[in-house]
Amino acid sequence: MTQHPAQPHVRIYVPRDSAARSVGADEVAATIQQAADSPESAIDLVRTGSRGMLWLEPLVEVATEHGRIGYGPVTPDDVPALLAAGLLDGGEHPLRLGPVDELPWLARQNRVTFARVGVIDPLDADDYLRHGGLTGLRTALKLTPADVVAEVTDSGLRGRGGAGFPAGIKWKTVLDCPGELKFICCNADEGDSGTFADRMLMEGDPFLLIEGMTIAAHAVGAREGYLYIRSEYPDAVATMRAAIDIARERGWLGTSVLGTPLDFDLHVRVGAGAYICGEETSMLESLEGKRGMVRAKPPIPAIEGLFGKPTVVNNVLTLATVPVVLAQGAKAYQELGVERSRGTQVFQLGGNIARGGIVETAFGITLRELIEEYGGGTRSGRPVRTAQVGGPLGAYLPPSSFDLPMDYEAFAAAGAMVGHGGIVVFDDTVDMAAQARFAMEFCAAESCGKCTPCRVGSVRGVEVIDKIVAGEQRDENLALLDDLCDLMTEGSLCAMGGLTPLPVRSALAHFADDFLGEVAADKRTEGTA
Amino acid sequence: MKTRTSDPTVEQVVKKIAAAHREQRGALLPILHAVQAELGHVPKEAVPVLADELNLSRADVHGVVSFYHDFRAEPAGHRTVRVCRAEACQAQGAGHLVEYVRQMGLTLGRTTEDGSVTVEQVFCLGNCALGPAVEVDGRLYGRVDTERLGALLHTTDQTQRHGVGATPDGSEAPRS
Repeated sequence: MTQHPAQPHVRIYVPRDSAARSVGADEVAATIQQAADSPESAIDLVRTGSRGMLWLEPLVEVATEHGRIGYGPVTPDDVPALLAAGLLDGGEHPLRLGPVDELPWLARQNRVTFARVGVIDPLDADDYLRHGGLTGLRTALKLTPADVVAEVTDSGLRGRGGAGFPAGIKWKTVLDCPGELKFICCNADEGDSGTFADRMLMEGDPFLLIEGMTIAAHAVGAREGYLYIRSEYPDAVATMRAAIDIARERGWLGTSVLGTPLDFDLHVRVGAGAYICGEETSMLESLEGKRGMVRAKPPIPAIEGLFGKPTVVNNVLTLATVPVVLAQGAKAYQELGVERSRGTQVFQLGGNIARGGIVETAFGITLRELIEEYGGGTRSGRPVRTAQVGGPLGAYLPPSSFDLPMDYEAFAAAGAMVGHGGIVVFDDTVDMAAQARFAMEFCAAESCGKCTPCRVGSVRGVEVIDKIVAGEQRDENLALLDDLCDLMTEGSLCAMGGLTPLPVRSALAHFADDFLGEVAADKRTEGTA
Repeated sequence: MKTRTSDPTVEQVVKKIAAAHREQRGALLPILHAVQAELGHVPKEAVPVLADELNLSRADVHGVVSFYHDFRAEPAGHRTVRVCRAEACQAQGAGHLVEYVRQMGLTLGRTTEDGSVTVEQVFCLGNCALGPAVEVDGRLYGRVDTERLGALLHTTDQTQRHGVGATPDGSEAPRS
């Protein structure tokens, strides 16, 4: 190695994100370490989060004087050839992608909440500080709680968990509640299919979430926080626990945070495989050590939440966005977005898609831009038939609706929802009657059982769809399904039963032919032939 | 693998774990996770002990244990394979994996009689852009096709006595 005499160690980045690991990032890292680490060419291997270009994973980056040069997707078998081609100097190779920051897919985005994910070592506290970490918390600690709440309100930040309730208003309610004991609860039970941004953030930038929760604690007067992570995310659990330990050692958590009068400590709790615990009141019940049964509202958790005390319940991305709002100011954040959907949304492209991953961009982008331009259409190469937006309780939209701007109100007006920003793409082989049936089946399996419309309605929904597809008294059963959907929408205690009709009805509205049973099956066979 | 009611170790283990977590608010879930980590499942003998330790009714404890999918009443097989069946994985062919599992004579939610493998379904492992996703003993795999699933199911470890893919009558399981 004659290049970079001042830098004897070449810095190589390989993600440790669980999606990247699921396609071999650990093996690639080990092979590079083994092959490259010799006295002549010592390397520093940094394990980062993922940049969110998941079709390029494992994505290997090397630091050069021209920036970080990417190679991907890399398999362990590629490593010897890559090294021979001069990987350590950013050399030419068929897998070379060029400077990662300049890749159009990434460069066109507006990475605000995800700015550090994939860039830094998630558990390197100094790396966090070098990349602007704690700026938001330091700013917040100089302000009064009411001023912090006002800043969050002015930013227009709405809850990113799906419901889109303004974060500042929720915080103000908790701030205005009397009492010594208040809680900050972060809902990290990301159970919706097609959503993985919370997981990636926790694995890729855990200190950011800790910082956001600490700001929330200062803003409302809480001294204790709980982070409820689903058990399906063991890597996120481990990363957050490690980050909390480091933060305590550094004085970022515990008594007298950053030398100020703020005392705040944070605990990780692991769910136990119950989708309903993503619903905020179920999550609180679960945190209290009970069955995750939905609570009737009011009282709202801001007034009577965890153990009956005033509680901020926010999603991972909401809390992780707060430090940016404080660091850059409410105005800067508020200037992004459209109408009442301000700032950025972290869209997640999944399912049958050529270029799946994380697209963080201002609200107002259309579904078509996300699916066709960012996503590159289906992975199978067949035509896109539908996309389900906003998780398993979200609507199935046909391509004719893809020009709808991503905006809470515009989507609601169209009978759909932005939800948590998850977009799942299906090609033309999908059977929409089966998807509608699955929505009911999923609700039946995951309902907490407290209210009858959700518990029984979902079971009846499966039966009625089966009868429709079998051609049994089709018109009567279609009318019955419609009635059942009304009842579930109006009568359910929470969004589980209340929104299940959304995928069912949208499938029926846009893809009615699929419900014609054998007739539909014949049609699909023709389409495939 | 059943633990007898008179077996003193369950009680001892549960009491020790309960003591270690007692100071936490709402300690039951962390305790149940710890019991399962220690014993591989939550034996029904643990329920009265926990009720006693935490000053809850047995019905309360049983209600919590049975509510959550994660807690097992019986030990799992030597290896646990979880196939994601949520929409994003469905869109990428998760149905073929489920079909393949069935062809191999395995039943979702069941442990093979020889105790070698438990196959379960799961709804979302958070790998929605790299599906279909499968988790084997806590490790996540992306873009799994039937061939890869077959290899994952057939990977043997020292504790295994029989071929994982063997059908109940002992014949060779069909391959994709």
